[in-house]
Amino acid sequence: MLPKRYSRNIATISEEENQSICNKKVCVVGCGGLGGYVIEMLARLGIGHIIAVDGDVFEESNLNRQILSDVESLGIKKALAARERIKKVNPLVQVEAITKRLTAENAKQIIDNADVVVDALDSIETRLLLEAFCQELEIPLVHGAIAGWYGQVCTVLPGERTLSRFYKDKSLSGVEKKLGNPSFTPALIASMQVSEVLKLLIKRGDLLNKKILLIDLLRHEYDIIDF
Amino acid sequence: MRITVKLFATFRDGRQKIYDMDLPEVTTVQNIISSLGIEKSEVAILLINGRDGDFDKELVEGDTVSLFPPVGGG
Repeated sequence: MLPKRYSRNIATISEEENQSICNKKVCVVGCGGLGGYVIEMLARLGIGHIIAVDGDVFEESNLNRQILSDVESLGIKKALAARERIKKVNPLVQVEAITKRLTAENAKQIIDNADVVVDALDSIETRLLLEAFCQELEIPLVHGAIAGWYGQVCTVLPGERTLSRFYKDKSLSGVEKKLGNPSFTPALIASMQVSEVLKLLIKRGDLLNKKILLIDLLRHEYDIIDF
Repeated sequence: MRITVKLFATFRDGRQKIYDMDLPEVTTVQNIISSLGIEKSEVAILLINGRDGDFDKELVEGDTVSLFPPVGGG
C-alpha cells in the first residue's frame, strides 16, 4: 500500500513506479542552489535513498537562492542541513550526508551504488571529474548549470561523454562568476534535472541525452542542441 | 561568401545578436571570433550549422556559426 503522502504523485507516475523509486538511490553532488531544490524534490517524490554531498557551510551570500539556507543555518554544513530538512519533509527517505568536497580520491566511493548521480556542482573542473567517474562506474549523470538568467540541462548515459564535449577545457571559467545567480534560475534547472532523474528511474519518457538544453530566461530562448 | 554568426548569452553584451557577414575569402571560426573580440578561451559551445564544430574549420557559403559562453554555476 502506497503511503497517502504520495497520492498526488499518481497518475503522473503509477503506484508501481512510485513503489519502485522508494528503493532507488540518487547521489546529489552539491547542496547549494541547484542541489538544495533537487534534494527537496527527490524527497517529496519518494526517492528512498539520497546521498547529499557538499563540503561547504552556508554563508550569507547563499541566502538569495539556496533553499536549504536560512538565517539560522549560516555556518552549518550544507549536507547536514539537507539531511535535517528531509527528516522534516519526508522521514521515509534516508539521507546520507557527506560533508566533503568530491575529489578524485573519494569520488568512486561516494557515487558507487547510486542508481543516478546529479551534478549540482559549481565548478567545471569537478564536473568533468564527476563525469569521468560516472562513466567508469556506468552510472547515468544528470547535469545542470546556471549563471544569471541562463541555465542548461543534459543527461549523460554510460558510453557518452557529453560534458567533456561542451566543456572542452577544464579550466573554463563560467560566466556565473560575473553574473551571479538569482533565486529563480536554480529552481527551474533543478526541476528539469529531477524530471530527468525520475524518467531514468522509471525508464519512461524522453531524455536529454546526447543533447543539451540551453535556456535564456531574459530573452525566452530555449535551444536543444545535439552533441 | 556569406555566413551568419549567432551570439548567445553574455556574448551579446556590447555586440549584436546576429551578424550577417560577407567575407571575401576562405576563413575559419577562429578568425571570426577574433574579429568580434571574443577569445577562444571564452567559448564553451561552438556550433557550425547546429552541430558541434571546431575553431579551425574552414567555413563555406551559407554556414551559420553559433557561440555560447560557459555556464558553470550551481
